[in-house]
Amino acid sequence: MSAPLLSVSGLHVHYGAIHAVRGVSFELGRSETLGLVGESGCGKTSLARALVKLTRPSSGTVRFDGPPRKLQLVFQDPHAALDPRMTVRAALAEPLDIAGLPHARMPELLEAVGLGPELLPRLPRELSAGQRQRINIARALSVEPTLLVLDEPVSALDVSVQAQVLNLLSELQQRRGLTYLLISHDLAVVSHLATRIAVMREGELVELGPAEQVIVTPQHPYTRALLEAAARLAL
Amino acid sequence: MSALLEVERLCAELPGGARVVDEVSFSVFAGRSLGLVGESGCGKTSAALAVMRLLPDGAVTRGSVKLSGESLLEAPEARIDELRGSQLSMIFQEPATALNPVLTVGSQIAEGLTVHQRLKPRAAAARAVELLSSVGIADAEVKARAYPHQLSGGMRQRALIAAALACAPRLLIADEPTTALDVTVQAQILSLLTGLKRERGLGLLLITHDLGVVSAACDDVAVMYAGRIVEQGPVAEVFSSPRHPYTAALLKARPSLQSRGHPLEALLGQVPPLGSRLEGCRFRPRCSRALEVCAVKVPHVGEGARRYECHHPVGT
Ligand SMILES: Nc1ncnc2c1ncn2[C@@H]1O[C@H](COP(=O)(O)OP(=O)(O)O)[C@@H](O)[C@H]1O
Ligand SMILES: Nc1ncnc2c1ncn2[C@@H]1O[C@H](COP(=O)(O)OP(=O)(O)O)[C@@H](O)[C@H]1O
Ligand SMILES: [Mg+2]
Ligand SMILES: [Mg+2]
Repeated sequence: MSAPLLSVSGLHVHYGAIHAVRGVSFELGRSETLGLVGESGCGKTSLARALVKLTRPSSGTVRFDGPPRKLQLVFQDPHAALDPRMTVRAALAEPLDIAGLPHARMPELLEAVGLGPELLPRLPRELSAGQRQRINIARALSVEPTLLVLDEPVSALDVSVQAQVLNLLSELQQRRGLTYLLISHDLAVVSHLATRIAVMREGELVELGPAEQVIVTPQHPYTRALLEAAARLAL
Repeated sequence: MSALLEVERLCAELPGGARVVDEVSFSVFAGRSLGLVGESGCGKTSAALAVMRLLPDGAVTRGSVKLSGESLLEAPEARIDELRGSQLSMIFQEPATALNPVLTVGSQIAEGLTVHQRLKPRAAAARAVELLSSVGIADAEVKARAYPHQLSGGMRQRALIAAALACAPRLLIADEPTTALDVTVQAQILSLLTGLKRERGLGLLLITHDLGVVSAACDDVAVMYAGRIVEQGPVAEVFSSPRHPYTAALLKARPSLQSRGHPLEALLGQVPPLGSRLEGCRFRPRCSRALEVCAVKVPHVGEGARRYECHHPVGT
């Protein structure tokens, strides 16, 4: 077996007295999707930020096989993630410039996320929620990452747009061999794309296994509680 | 059985003249819940505000809204105020703005009781604790003295429900009451609401963009698209055999624990913005079943509880 793309070991994140991530360890293989599910405040975003070094862990290690820019985070809030005064063109130029890549790639990037070049002069407020999230994904793709950490990528979207974005993520993965860490509070979203599922509670991973197994034969009582709640809200 | 709330051909235009609610008809019965569902921007909140007579000044409302037979649209402002404090209650969409951050939860509930039910402050405070406890808040006495930010999201939503129940309303309108909550808490709040409906015979109008919430908590459903109700009926019937392509598309777009490995049937396009709404069926540009006649007019198929507006319904 080849070396994992990402390996995380004994990771802790503190904010003063708050212990947000408590000894998290897992590995990610190439081209797989690990779904991370848990309720709000359990530490998902803190973990995501520690992986991309936006938050300094208090202890533990994150080992990524590749240059840091190949590991990209797509932020939770699609509104906050784009600067309201920046056009789509400027928003895409920023990461391309940092990576020293040509602006000529913009149309191709937009096409990859199902948008046209006519959006380049637009401001975020002139875009729909789904278009904004696609631009966020295009920004992350611009530097040709191998691993995308997707923090609640569809939570703010209506079910119709949610389906479009989930399909887009799945296509991109197939075409580009991307690896995903897909974070969501919604078990249905996570299980739709994930090959393995990790369940987080109060900063800890309480269960981690193949998606099928976690859904059909959950081991931890908390996983069972999440499944029951999801089943009540199923159609 | 006569309806608790009967809305007929309700139209609402915002101050600029844009029609947000267009010929909407539905009924809510005592002891039953109606889910009003659709993507955001379809006019669900506006329809509820029109019923409550809370649209912004300058908005124009037409049609008929009856609460136990009494007409609300023509009633004088004073009467509406009285009804809003006694028979009719609404939980608003923005939980963050619905509670005052500088007052304790208990005192906010008590305030309503001193105004509307003329309770003395001490009696109102005691009643507020009872109400908090009746919505499943353990330690209600302590929690009544807490400020909103000291409570979890689920607890704040319970407090809002308690406040809405203070006047013992017959009809409760809840606008996206669980949208901001985690699934396990969502399930608890929905059980609370359906319990109230069953035990107190409350009529519930539950507004949501989530079909899962409708399936968990509603008896009837009305599907709203671009200001119109395009399909309605009992939840079991509508969800098992949707007739309007919009309803069918919403049902199919949802990921589930079983959908892995298959692309979702995404509904393309988006809800048309106000002011750019088409003649004929507004869903037409997003509809794979559209016929030429759909550009001209919308048909009204069915009557009573099970209705839809489509020339080429699913299943034909
Ligand atoms: N920048 C921060 N400063 C202090 N506390 C924080 C900060 N970010 C998150 N927290 C706290 O850490 C915990 C985990 O939060 P978060 O990682 O955002 O969880 P999730 O993404 O699962 O909702 C919560 O208690 C949250 O209030
Ligand atoms: N006060 C207002 N002024 C201008 N436009 C409004 C106002 N309230 C709602 N709208 C518009 O009316 C439409 C319906 O909105 P709303 O009733 O909030 O829908 P929903 O609750 O289904 O999301 C949207 O296009 C929204 O932008
Ligand atoms: Mg988060
Ligand atoms: Mg609304």
